[in-house]
Amino acid sequence: MASVAATLVESEPGSFVFAAAGEWLVATAAEVDRRLRGLQMPSDKRVTLDLAGIDRLDTAGAWLLLRTEHDLAARGNTVEICNLRSNFAPLLDQVRAGGMVVPARHPRPAHHTIVGFLARIGEISLGIFARAYSILGFFGAVCESAGALLLRPRRLRITALVAQIEQTGVNAVPIVGLLSFLIGVVIAYQGADQLRRFGAEIYTVNLLGVGILRELGVLMTAVIIAGRSGSAFTAQIGTMRVNEEIDALSTIGLDPLEVLVLPRLFGLVLTLPMLTLWADVVGLLGGCLMSWASLGITPPQFIRQLQDSLYPWTFWIGLIKAPSFAFIIALIGCYEGFQVARSAESVGRLTTLSVVEAIFLVIVADAGFSIFFSFLQI
Amino acid sequence: MPDRSEEPIICVRGLVNRFGAETVHDGLDLDVLRGEVIGIVGGSGSGKSVLLRTIVGLNRPVEGKVEVFGRDVLRMSDRQRRQLENRWGVLFQDGALFSSLTVAQNIEVPITEYYDMPLRLMDEISAVKVGLVGLPEEAGEKYPSQLSGGMRKRAGLARALALDPEIVFLDEPTAGLDPIAAGAFDELIRDLKTSLGLTVFMVTHDLDSLFAICDRVAVLVDKKVRVGTLEQLLRDNHPWIHSYFHGPRGRAARASEAATLMTPGH
Repeated sequence: MASVAATLVESEPGSFVFAAAGEWLVATAAEVDRRLRGLQMPSDKRVTLDLAGIDRLDTAGAWLLLRTEHDLAARGNTVEICNLRSNFAPLLDQVRAGGMVVPARHPRPAHHTIVGFLARIGEISLGIFARAYSILGFFGAVCESAGALLLRPRRLRITALVAQIEQTGVNAVPIVGLLSFLIGVVIAYQGADQLRRFGAEIYTVNLLGVGILRELGVLMTAVIIAGRSGSAFTAQIGTMRVNEEIDALSTIGLDPLEVLVLPRLFGLVLTLPMLTLWADVVGLLGGCLMSWASLGITPPQFIRQLQDSLYPWTFWIGLIKAPSFAFIIALIGCYEGFQVARSAESVGRLTTLSVVEAIFLVIVADAGFSIFFSFLQI
Repeated sequence: MPDRSEEPIICVRGLVNRFGAETVHDGLDLDVLRGEVIGIVGGSGSGKSVLLRTIVGLNRPVEGKVEVFGRDVLRMSDRQRRQLENRWGVLFQDGALFSSLTVAQNIEVPITEYYDMPLRLMDEISAVKVGLVGLPEEAGEKYPSQLSGGMRKRAGLARALALDPEIVFLDEPTAGLDPIAAGAFDELIRDLKTSLGLTVFMVTHDLDSLFAICDRVAVLVDKKVRVGTLEQLLRDNHPWIHSYFHGPRGRAARASEAATLMTPGH
C-alpha cells in the first residue's frame, strides 16, 4: 500500500498547518479517510492546507481534500490552500464544480414499525384489488376482440394459430406424458400401500380412475402449461413491449389483441383439452403398469375394474375444466406481458408473476368447479 | 499534456476479426497515445464496436495482438486481467446500468469489488462522481428506468469513472442525445480529460464531437484503420473518407467548429 500522510500541527498560536502527503487515490481513500477522522479539528483559527507533499491525486483524493477544507470552514476556521501543484488544480476545480455533495440515500426496507407493517398490508390489499380490476378490464377487451373476430372469422390468423398450437401443444406432448405417467405410478404405489391394509387393493384402480380423470390429469397439465406456455406468452409479449413492437403494431393499424392475444388464447383453449386427454391416458397407463407390478392386477382386470368404478361423468368433468384453465393461463400470460415497462428487468419479474398468478387462479377455479359439481351432485 | 510520451497506451497489431464468412477486420494496426482523445469512425457495420469490444476483451479475435499498458490482454491470467480492468472504464451505448440498482449503487459496484471502504466514504465518492458528470444531486437515488437517455449516459460515465481509470472507452456517447445535450457531453469529456488526464477511446458517428474534442481520428475503411489528425484526414483521397468529411454534414460541422473557435472569449 502506498504511503499517505495527513497531519495537523499548530505552527504558531492561532494558526494551524494541515499537511497532506503521499498518494491520495481511490485505492488509499479508506486509509486517508481513517486518518482524517482521527484528527482533532480546531475552531475559529487560521488553517493552511499545505499540499506540497501530494504526489498523486485522483477524484477520490480531491474529494477528501475538499471535504477537509469544508469541514474546517464549517467550524469557523479561515482556510487557505497553498503549494498545490499546478497539474492538480483543474482536477480540484472540477470536483469542486460538482458541488458539495450530499450522499444519496439508499433505498432501505422501511417496514420495521407496526404502522409500516399495517401500511404494507394495506398497500398490498389495495394492489390486489387494483390488479383484479385491471385484469377484468383486459378480460373485457379480449372478449370484445374475440367477439369482433367471431363476426368476421376470416380475420382469424390461421398461421399464427397453428404455430401456437404447435408450440403450446405438440411440443408439450413429451413432458406432459412423462410427468403424467410418473404421477400415475406414484398414486398407484402409494394407494396400493395404504389400501392393502384393508385388503382392498383392488380399489387402487378406483382411486386412480377418479383421481387422474377427474382432478390430477387436467390439473397437472394446466400447471405444466402455465409454467411452460404462460411464461412464454409473458416473455414474448413483454419483450415486444420493450422493443416498442406493440406500439409499432398499433401505428400500422393492427390491433395487438387480435394479432398477439387471440391466436395464443384460441390455440391454448384448443390444445389444453387434447393434452389433458393425453395426460389421462398416459397417467392411467402408468397406474396400470404399477398395479400390475406391485399388486398383480393384470391389465384386463384393471380395465374391467375401471369400467365398473367410474360414473359416466367422471372423464367429462375433467375434460370440461381444461378449456377454462387454458383461458385463465392465456389471459394471465398475455395480460402480464402487456404490463411490462420498458426495462428488461420487468420482463423477468412479470414472467415469474404470471406463472404464479396463473397457477393460483387455476387451482382456485378448480376448487370452484368442485363446489359447482357437488351442487349438481355429479 | 505534460508527459504525452509517444509510447502508446493501447497497441493493436495485425488484428483479424471474422464472424462466419464475413471478415470485419483484416490485419488492423492501431496505436492510441497516452492522454489523447481518439475518435473511431466508420460506416455502419465497419466494426467500430467490435474493435472496442476486442480491446477490452469482450471479443476474442481470430488473430492479432492487443496490448494495453504494454501488456498483452489476450494472453493473461484472470488475476492479471482484473488488475488491468480497474485501470479502464467502459461506457456502453445505452449506459448499461444495472437496472435493479440505483445510480449511486451502480457507481459503487466497481468500488466495492476492488476496495474495502467504509460505506459512508463510498457514498460520498459516488456522490462526487454524480456531480462530476453533471447529474443533479438527487439522481443518485434514482433507478435507471427513471432517467432520460442523456442522464443514463452520464450515469454510465460516472460508473466508468468510479475507479478513476486511465482510459475510458466510450461507445457512441452522443448517439440519441439532442444537440444541446450532445454538446454538453462533449464538453464534459474534454473537461474530464484535462482534469483527470484521461485517455479517451471514443466510437462515434457524431461529426460535431469529432471536430470538438478529438485529437486524432481513426477511420475504419477496407477492414483496416487510417489514423490521423483531422487536418490530415481532410486531405485524404480515399473515397469514403472524402465523402465522410466533405459531405454536407461534414462541412456543416467544420464550419460550426470554426465559428466557435472564432467567437471572442473562447
